[in-house]
Formats: sequence, structure tokens, C-alpha cells
Amino acid sequence: MALTLARITVLANPKRFLDYSSALLPWTGGVAFLLLAVGFYWALFGTPPDYQQGQTVKMLFVHVPAAWMGIFVYALIAGASLGSLVFRHPLADVAAKSAAPLGAAFTALALFTGSMWGRPMWGTFWQWGDARLVSELILLFIYLGYIALWNAVDDPNRAAKAAAILALVGAADIPIIHFSVEWWNTLHQGPIITSTGSSVHPSFLWPLLTIVLGYTLLFVWLWLLRMRTEVFDRRARTLMLAKGA
Amino acid sequence: MSAFRALLFRDMKLAFRTGGGATLAAFFFALIATLVPFGVGAEQLLLGRIAGGVLWVSAALASLLSLDRLFQADYEDGSLDVLALSPLSLELAATAKILAHWLTTGLPLVLLSPVLGLMLNLPVPGYAPLFISLLIGTPALSAVGAIGAALTISIRRGGLILALIVLPLLTPTLIFGAGAVMAAIDNAENAALYLLAAFSVAAVALSPFAAAASVRLNIAG
Repeated sequence: MALTLARITVLANPKRFLDYSSALLPWTGGVAFLLLAVGFYWALFGTPPDYQQGQTVKMLFVHVPAAWMGIFVYALIAGASLGSLVFRHPLADVAAKSAAPLGAAFTALALFTGSMWGRPMWGTFWQWGDARLVSELILLFIYLGYIALWNAVDDPNRAAKAAAILALVGAADIPIIHFSVEWWNTLHQGPIITSTGSSVHPSFLWPLLTIVLGYTLLFVWLWLLRMRTEVFDRRARTLMLAKGA
Repeated sequence: MSAFRALLFRDMKLAFRTGGGATLAAFFFALIATLVPFGVGAEQLLLGRIAGGVLWVSAALASLLSLDRLFQADYEDGSLDVLALSPLSLELAATAKILAHWLTTGLPLVLLSPVLGLMLNLPVPGYAPLFISLLIGTPALSAVGAIGAALTISIRRGGLILALIVLPLLTPTLIFGAGAVMAAIDNAENAALYLLAAFSVAAVALSPFAAAASVRLNIAG
């Protein structure tokens, strides 16, 4: 933990961050694609069909990791916002801004694949009374509002702080999504991986975890790319302003 | 406390004057409730079932109307800077503004709701839950709206962004507020009013801190 914190402050220097990230990028990208390729092949061809759902149960491998990533990325954004507001970490707002569209995409993917899976499984594309579905949709709107706020405020420094405050306010949705299947029992099934164990058979669990790791590394790869672009963009803007003056 | 009271009365007075928006919100509320039967048809049973939800959604949208001017009006003429320098903390100033907004926008909606319920054929068991849920829930609408208002101070035409930010955060109030009315109509028991009260108390208690932080970042720049 202390090592991670030390690493985070080490990466506060943009130049050092660019060096680290350019070294990491090809590895994270390569391993991500490898894991996803292996994971999906294993998931689609190496696992048996469900006795009730047949092959449609394999939607689990796309839907569940996407949903986890949506929540994980928002937690990351909330943490980065805290780092930006409280600890004034120079690259924290860059991190948060870069991660937001990725998190929104994961959330939208989770909602879409969940809906596609729900039709054959539950008989409906959507259910308004279910807490998990609704809170996930709200998460998507919170993401979109967050991105909109970043783009709406003219001054980048003000935008960063305003977005940070919004991210922290919206973070209240995350525990609601997580605990929604424990507090209410409407449509969405309960948790499959808890702190005490897992209700998923190992033959499904291992491909699932591989794919989760693949999604995570894919996110990190894209996130580093976006962060680097943002840092270069800021440099370019500074240079243009200096030139204009 | 006299500074708090002074700010509260000032905001209330301003809300009722030109460009204030106090009576505007009540009209908007009534207008949406009037438009809905045109949209969904005049069937009495249907209207009675959706009346609680419709009135709650209208209340949320009507509250949004005057929110973007909550801090922006003071920001533009410099009184927000004066407020920040005053002995009254920004958190208390935000609380005073939220209270003023609720008294001038939220409370009229609450008082108007039984009449509109009548127009929408709300069944008799629904009136008390509607009134109580709006009474408990409209402070949350003002409080959460104030966070959005403070965040969007420096945005031109920030009204739409304000709505985009605030409405997802207001969904618990909508769910529990309308849920309380629905449960009463269906003669069922549910904890919606308690959950609504919990959310409202939390929103009113915590939002001044977020709003004040947002105000500080906007006037510091």
C-alpha cells in the first residue's frame, strides 16, 4: 500500500509519467489482447452449455466483466478526484478525465449485453423495478454528466475541480449498485463472487477471471494512451498560448 | 445567526421579485400536470394510477427551473465574493440559499399538489402520502440542485448541464416519493416515506459542503 502511494507521488512528474507509460504501454496492450483472446476462446469453446440456458449463459463472460469494470473505473475516478482536490496531485485530474469515457463505455456495454441476455433469460429486455438495473443506468447518466461538465467549463483548472466534486458526489451510487442485489430481491440474480467464496463452478470461474484480467489490462492500456494524449495536449496548448503572447 | 437570517430573507424577497422565479415554478408545475392528460389520454383510471409519479416528476423539473440562478445571479454582480468574505461561512450561506429556494419554490409546489392530484384523479388514499412525500422530498430537490447550481456557476446557459448533473442524483427522491403514493393507492405497506426522509436529511445535511466547495473553486479562479 505504501509502495503504491510512493509510486503515485513518483508519477506526479509528467515527464516521468510519460516515460513510465511509454514503457508500459506495449506490455499492457499485448498481455491484454492475449488474455482476452485466450479467455474468450476458453469461454466459448472450453466450457459446457448450461442445462437451462444453453449457450446464452456465455453472455456472462461479456456482461459481468464489463459491469465490474464500470464500477471499478468509477471508483478509480472518485479516488483520483480525491487525489486532485485534497492532495493536489498534478496528474490526478488527467487520470480522472481520461478514465471517464472508458468507464461510460463499459457501463453502456454492461447495460446492453445485460439487456440482450435478459430477453432470453427473463423474457424482458428491461425491468424498471429492479434496483441493480436502475442504479447501473443512473451510473451511466452520472458518467455522461461528468464528461459533459468537463467539456462545459471553459477554464481547464476550474473544470478539473468542478468535475472532481461531481465525481465525489456521484460516488454514492457505487455502494448502491454493489449492494442492490443483497438489499432487494427483484429480478437481477444475486452476487456470484463474495468475500467468502463463489457460487460459480470452477469451469466457468477461471475463464471469467481471465477475461476480467484481460478487460482490466485493456482498460489500463487505453487509459494510459488517453492520459498521454491529454498530457501532450496540455503541453501543446501551453506552447500555443506562449507563442500567442 | 442574524447574517443567516438576513441572507435568507434577502433571497426570499429576490425570489418573489422580477426575474425571481418563485411563482414561475408553481405555474410550471401546474402546467405539466395539465399537459399530461393531453399526452396519455383522458382515461380516469390510468391518470389516477400515474398521478403520483407525474406530480413527482413535475416537481423535480419545476425545482430545476430557478436553480441555475441560485448562485449565478450573485456571482455576476459580485455579491458572491462579498458573501465569501463575510463572517458567515459559505456552507451556512449555501444552507440559507437552499432554505430560501425551498420556501419559495418547493413549498408552493407542496401546497398546490392536492389540487393537481384532484385534476389527475388521484385516488383518495393517495393524497396524504403525496403531500407528505413532497413536503419531505422537496428540500432534497433544492439541496441536490444547489450542488449542481454551484458547479455550473461559470457556464453560460448552464441550465441544461445543471439538469443533466442533478437529475440522476435525484432519482432516489423520485423513486421513493412516487413509490409512497403508489403503495398507498394499492393499499400496501412500504418503507418509501422513511427512505425518502433518510435521503432528504442526508442531502440537506451534506449538500451545503459540496455546494460551498464548488462556490469556492468558482470565485477563486
